[in-house]
Amino acid sequence: MSDALLEVNNMKKHFHLAGNQTLKAVDGVTFHIKRGETFGLVGESGCGKSTAGRTIIGLYDATEGQVLFDGQDISRLKGKGLKQYSRKIQMVFQDPYASLNPRMTIANIIAEGMDIHGLHRGKARMERVHSLLEAVGLNQEHANRFPHEFSGGQRQRIGIARALAIEPEFIIADEPISALDVSVQAQVVNLFKKLQRELGLTYLFIAHDLAMVKHISDRIGVMYLGKLVEVTTSEMLYSNPQHPYTQSLLSAIPIPDPDVERRRERILLKGEVPSPLAPPSGCPFRTRCPHAMDVCAERMPEMKETEPGHHVACHLYE
Amino acid sequence: MSGNLLEVRDLQVSFRTYVGEIQSVRGVTFSVKKGEVLAIVGESGCGKSVTAQTIMRLNPSPPSVIKYGSILFEGKDGVVDITKMSDKQMESIRGAEMGMIFQDPMTALNPTMTIGKQITEGLLKHQGLSKNEANKQAVEMLKLVGISNPEGRMDQYPHELSGGMRQRVMIAMALSCRPKLLIADEPTTALDVTIQAQIIELMKSLQEKTGASIILITHDLGVVAEMAERVAVMYAGMVVEQGTVDEIFYNSQHPYTWGLHRSVPRLDSNSSEELVPIPGTPPDLFAPPKGCPFAARCPYAMSICTEEMPEQFTVSGEHSAACWLLHPDAPKVERPAIAGGIRA
Ligand SMILES: Nc1ncnc2c1ncn2[C@@H]1O[C@H](COP(=O)(O)OP(=O)(O)OP(=O)(O)O)[C@@H](O)[C@H]1O
Ligand SMILES: Nc1ncnc2c1ncn2[C@@H]1O[C@H](COP(=O)(O)OP(=O)(O)OP(=O)(O)O)[C@@H](O)[C@H]1O
Ligand code: SF4
Ligand SMILES: [Mg+2]
Ligand SMILES: [Mg+2]
Repeated sequence: MSDALLEVNNMKKHFHLAGNQTLKAVDGVTFHIKRGETFGLVGESGCGKSTAGRTIIGLYDATEGQVLFDGQDISRLKGKGLKQYSRKIQMVFQDPYASLNPRMTIANIIAEGMDIHGLHRGKARMERVHSLLEAVGLNQEHANRFPHEFSGGQRQRIGIARALAIEPEFIIADEPISALDVSVQAQVVNLFKKLQRELGLTYLFIAHDLAMVKHISDRIGVMYLGKLVEVTTSEMLYSNPQHPYTQSLLSAIPIPDPDVERRRERILLKGEVPSPLAPPSGCPFRTRCPHAMDVCAERMPEMKETEPGHHVACHLYE
Repeated sequence: MSGNLLEVRDLQVSFRTYVGEIQSVRGVTFSVKKGEVLAIVGESGCGKSVTAQTIMRLNPSPPSVIKYGSILFEGKDGVVDITKMSDKQMESIRGAEMGMIFQDPMTALNPTMTIGKQITEGLLKHQGLSKNEANKQAVEMLKLVGISNPEGRMDQYPHELSGGMRQRVMIAMALSCRPKLLIADEPTTALDVTIQAQIIELMKSLQEKTGASIILITHDLGVVAEMAERVAVMYAGMVVEQGTVDEIFYNSQHPYTWGLHRSVPRLDSNSSEELVPIPGTPPDLFAPPKGCPFAARCPYAMSICTEEMPEQFTVSGEHSAACWLLHPDAPKVERPAIAGGIRA
C-alpha cells in the first residue's frame, strides 16, 4: 500500500496491572491512513481510542504489532530518525484548559516545539508565531497573552497552532472538540478542514460524537473493547452499516429533527460494556449483540472485506 | 395555574462575588404543563443550571440571591411560591414533590453509603414507610430502572457500579417518592450513546407511567428532538425563544436559535456541507449589555439592538421570541434555509 502514510498492523497495547492482571486496552487493530485523508476513530468510552493514538505517536510502546509511518517501522527509529518522526506527527488533546501551561505566553507555547527542534530561529520565530496565529483565526496581539485570557474555542485554536508550528504531516486529534460548546465546535472543525485543504495534512480524528466524526472523516474505524469491528468510508458506514454494534450505535444517536425522531425505531442494546479486564470469549460484542450465535462465544471473528473498501469483523459475514 | 405545574415569572438570580455581581439569570419566564417534557437549551454558562437549581432552591445564599420574580408550584397543599419558602418547607418539597437528576451521578450519590440506604432514606423520610416496606419499594424502583439483580445491588456502593448504572440509581432515587416534577440537568451528557439511548428510553417510559413533568436541560439538540414537547432557548441569562419542539425546529425566529441549528452536523446529511459556527463569545454576565445580549454576534443586528432590550414578541400561540426582527417595522429577513428545516 504505497499511498498509505500510516499503516497499523495488528497493533496491541496491554497494560499490566497489580495482581497479575492484564488489561488489553488495544488488542490487535489493523488499519491504514492515506496521505491527505482524515480517518475517524469512534467507539464507547474505554474502548481504547486514546491508547491507540498514544501508541501510534510513540507515547506508549506497542505490546505487539507494527506501526509504519511512511513505510518505516517506528519502533526501530533511533536518534535522528526518531527526532524527525516526532516532528512529522503531532497530537491535539481533548482538554484545552489542561493542555496549555498557564504560566507561559501564547507565543512561547506555540514556539516551544520550534525551539526544541531548532526551527525558525531569531527574527523568524515571532514571524512564524504570528502567521500561525492568523492561520488558526487568532491575531498577532494574542501572542503575549496568557491561556486564562482565552475562551475554550480559542484555547483549542492555540493548541492547534502549537501542533502546526513544526510543520507536521500527520495530526492525531484526540477528542479535540468534546469539551467545547456546540457553536464553538463548528469553528474548530471548520479550521481543521481548512488547514487540511491548505497544508495537505493527514488526520487521525478520535471522538465519540459519530455525527461530527462522519462530518469530518473520509473513512471511519469503529472500535469496541480494544478491537476494530468495522472499517469503511463515512458514506458506507452510514448507508450500509454491517456490524451489529455499528448498527445499534447509529440507531442510538438522536437526530436533531423531531419529525425524523418520531418515525425512528431504535435498536436498544441490553446491558453495559463489559470490563476490559474480563472481556467475553470470542467476539467482544456478543454479550450485547441481538444476533449472537454459538460460534460468537467460541472464536473471535476475523476482519473480512464484504464489499470493496468495507471491512467487518462479525461471524454473520464469515 | 390552568394546567401548569410550574410557572417561573421574571426570575432574576445573581451571585455576589468579591469581584462583583454575576447576573446569572436575568428575567426568565416559562411554564411547565402537567405531564410534559420541557427542554432548556443554550450555551455553557447561559444560566440553565442556576435556573434549575433555583427551582429546587439548591443554590446556597449567600452567594446566590433571588433578586426578583416568583416560582409558582402546584404542590400537595395547593399553589406555593418557591421563592418564599423556608428551608424547612423546601425540604419537604424536595425529594417528595420535586426530584433532580444531575450530569454527574457522583455529586448526588453519597460514596460512603450503600445504594439501598440512599434510596430508602427518602422513602422513610417522606413517605413514612416502615423499613421493610421501604426496602421492598427500593428494590422495585431498581428493577423499574432496569438494574439486574436489584437485591444484590442494594448492598453495593456507588463506586462499584458503572456510569450508566449510577445514572439509573440516581433516577431511581429521584423517582422513588413519585415527584410531580423531575429536573434532569444534562442527564446523559457523561454517558456513551448506546447507554444514553437506554436512559432516554427509560425516562420516557417512566414519565408515561407516572405522569410526571420533566424539565430537561441539555445542549444536545438531538436529545431535545427525541424527548421534548416544548423548548426554551436560553442565552446570557434570558429565554430568547420558546415554543413547541416543532416551532423551535421548523419555524424558529431568533437568530441565535438559527445559529444553534446550523452549527451541528446531522448524521443523516451530507458531510460536504460546511457547518456555520456562531462567531464570537457570549457577553460577560458581570456587565451584560443593555440591548439584546446576542447583538455582538448577530449577523442581522440593527442599531436598536444595541440600544434597547427586545421585548418578547408573540409569534403564535405560545411561541415567542425576543428579537427586534419581529417588530412590525423591522426589515424582513429570510430565515436561513437549513435553520431547523429538514435537510434530506
Ligand atoms: N496508562 C494506563 N494504565 C492502565 N490502564 C489504562 C491506561 N490507559 C488506559 N487504560 C485503560 O485502557 C482502556 C482504554 O482506555 P482509553 O483511554 O484508550 O479509552 P478511550 O477509548 O480513549 O476512552 P474515552 O472515550 O473515555 O477517552 C480503559 O479500560 C482504560 O482504563
Ligand atoms: N456558585 C457560583 N458562584 C458564582 N457564579 C456562578 C456560580 N454558579 C454559577 N455561576 C455563574 O452563573 C452563570 C450561569 O451558570 P450555569 O451553571 O447556570 O450555566 P449553564 O447554562 O448550566 O452552563 P453549562 O452548560 O456549562 O452547565 C455562569 O456565568 C456561571 O459562571
Ligand atoms: S434583537 Fe437584533 S441583535 Fe438580537 S437577535 Fe434580533 S436582530 Fe439579532
Ligand atoms: Mg480517550
Ligand atoms: Mg449547567
